[in-house]
Amino acid sequence: MNAPLTPPSPYSSPSSRSNVETHTLAVLVDNEPGVLARVVGLFSGRGYNIESLTVAEVAHGEHLSRITVVTSGTPETIEQIHHQLERLVPVHKVTDLTVSARSLERELAMVKVRGKGENRNAALQLGEAFRARVVDATTESFIFELTGKPDKIDEFVDLMRPIGLVEVSRTGVAAISRGPEPI
Amino acid sequence: MAKQMTGAEMVVEALKDQGVDLLFGYPGGAVLPIYDVLFHQEKVRHILVRHEQGAAHAAEGYARSSGKPGVLLVTSGPGATNTITGLTDALMDSIPLVCITGQVPTHLIGSDAFQECDTVGITRHCTKHNYLVKSVDDLPRILHEAFYVASNGRPGPVVIDIPKDVQFSTGTYTGPRNVHHKTYQPKLDADNDAIRRAAKMMAAAKRPIFYTGGGVINSGPAASTLLRELVSLTGFPITSTLMGLGAYPGSGPNWLGMLGMHGTFEANNAMHDCDLMIAVGARFDDRITGRLDAFSPGSKKIHIDIDRSSINKNVKVDLPIVGDCAHVLESLVRVWRAEAMHAEKQPLDAWWKKIGEWRERKSLAFRNSDKVIKPQYAVQRLYALTKDRDPYITTEVGQHQMWAAQHYHFDEPNRWMTSGGLGTMGYGLPAAIGAQLAHPKSLVVDIAGEASILMNIQEMSTAIQYRLPVKVFILNNEYMGMVRQWQELLHGGRYSHSYSEALPDFVKLAEAFGAKGIRCSDPADLDRAIQEMIDYDGPVIFDCLVEKNENCFPMIPSGKAHNDMLLADLSDDAGVELGSIIDEKGKMLV
Repeated sequence: MNAPLTPPSPYSSPSSRSNVETHTLAVLVDNEPGVLARVVGLFSGRGYNIESLTVAEVAHGEHLSRITVVTSGTPETIEQIHHQLERLVPVHKVTDLTVSARSLERELAMVKVRGKGENRNAALQLGEAFRARVVDATTESFIFELTGKPDKIDEFVDLMRPIGLVEVSRTGVAAISRGPEPI
Repeated sequence: MAKQMTGAEMVVEALKDQGVDLLFGYPGGAVLPIYDVLFHQEKVRHILVRHEQGAAHAAEGYARSSGKPGVLLVTSGPGATNTITGLTDALMDSIPLVCITGQVPTHLIGSDAFQECDTVGITRHCTKHNYLVKSVDDLPRILHEAFYVASNGRPGPVVIDIPKDVQFSTGTYTGPRNVHHKTYQPKLDADNDAIRRAAKMMAAAKRPIFYTGGGVINSGPAASTLLRELVSLTGFPITSTLMGLGAYPGSGPNWLGMLGMHGTFEANNAMHDCDLMIAVGARFDDRITGRLDAFSPGSKKIHIDIDRSSINKNVKVDLPIVGDCAHVLESLVRVWRAEAMHAEKQPLDAWWKKIGEWRERKSLAFRNSDKVIKPQYAVQRLYALTKDRDPYITTEVGQHQMWAAQHYHFDEPNRWMTSGGLGTMGYGLPAAIGAQLAHPKSLVVDIAGEASILMNIQEMSTAIQYRLPVKVFILNNEYMGMVRQWQELLHGGRYSHSYSEALPDFVKLAEAFGAKGIRCSDPADLDRAIQEMIDYDGPVIFDCLVEKNENCFPMIPSGKAHNDMLLADLSDDAGVELGSIIDEKGKMLV
């Protein structure tokens, strides 16, 4: 028997938002021109979400890049995204790091805060509590560098807001599976 | 063999090495160096089309009817953008194409130069893969890789965009060798376990059905042979999508006819009531499934497909088998034979009895007339008078396409070329030209509508230039018939802009091109006129004036299930009542 389906199709009943999951996918690709556009174009063209995306070459000799994409959707949609990515010609491998539940996720943020007097001290104390480093300072501002899970960064940013948050630059999530094995 | 040559020479050399004897193209500034090389050789024949869209569809028709990749060569800018519809069509229907586009010189890229467009950017979404060649050193590898990617796995169109300076510069050419692609290595063979499980499910089935698609045809003639063998071994009924017609013979004993929106009553009901569905190279398209949550609710489903992403995309299946149709069918036949498997006779007989009752409904029947030519009758007569010639049939898109699919029957694969996924009006004539070039001695007929044919009518010139005796058989009802039918069903008979006003005189039009024109409006004269068309040694436009208001039935209305079909009797009550059949939700669908 078929369970009720919720694929992105006009012929299905509107999909319920209840079982939407967030997954982190690691996509190993040939670092050739346009490869990022292919991946991003696939998401926009098929109506999938991108919550975060990071990309960099990880093996210069072999021209391999690793794209880490955080996406959300029903389990059926996530399965589709996985296989649609695998279908792209320059893609070596796609791994769903959320399925194994044994992966590490980190993000780097630089947070600019402006303030004088009490607010300066408050900012420094919070920075210390979050193990953020001060990478730039003026008489009326700090830039903190902070690494951690995305929600830790969210929390830090929220706390800085009343103190004098100016702007935030985040890298997006980088993720890797635990243990000795590669993905 | 490593040889020094220019980029333009490499293109033609690679075509020869890939066994390409024919390409479709249209010259322009950015491909002149390649055209210059073509001028000096005779191995690769160039067919000059009249519009680049025609080149793409002609290459599709060539590919679909020959099993070889189709090749086209066009210039930059408008040359490239004009191919987009054809490339998208090939992507949707999994047709292997290699499209070579010229590009402005590398140093001008990005400067909005004359006839510049971002070809790889524009075609990224409508190709399987594409390349911008930035150095002549990469060109030989890319050329051979393009053929590999286009033809292997699930086939599709590949674009190679070559800047003009790359065509002029000199480098080292290397032959195809064995292309070992770094990343793209589609899996052909399925796991043995999956094959065994599938065979067991088949042996245990009481109400089984094969549901096959274009993948069987793409897999090559062996897949069709194996499919026939498996159907005959098991005794199961079989239906097919529009794209899969001919893989199993339309005259075969187990054939239920096409399924889907305009499929037969027996095929759709059997799909709905089956307890085991074996999908082979088909992708559960919305035209097939109808309403998804009511799609074959009681069945287990096996899905054989070379494209993993087709599995569980629209319909969740119980047993996915990723592999090439021919390989998987071969394994299934082997296991079935080796273990002397068979389905239980009694339930299978009961299933066939039930199917027999559905067949009795004769869902393709229509009320014939001796005053006006019914379009279905026209297709039936065309079939009767041409079937013994092993003809190749192409179509445009619309009612005539569905009537052709219903009333023309195909006993062999690769004989039926139609735009299934994209539904491209204007496909049929250029596709017929491609099929005719692949099979110069065969009868090739484009079953067309009067509206569709005007979309690429300029290709008649191509047919004349190369003396291609394609026959264009127009079912002329003076309407965009399918649009008119939907307006009758969904929009209260308000025929907004669907009447084909100011039609040309097709007979004179044919003559203006240098072809033969035939008109027929009398059912009693139809056979003679069709025979005249067949007997004429050259291209013909046949203007068959048919009943204007005929609707195409049976039909699964939008948003309805397989067992909720509209049948022909009902249709005679026409208009008002039909309007209420599709509910508000269904009207939102396409």
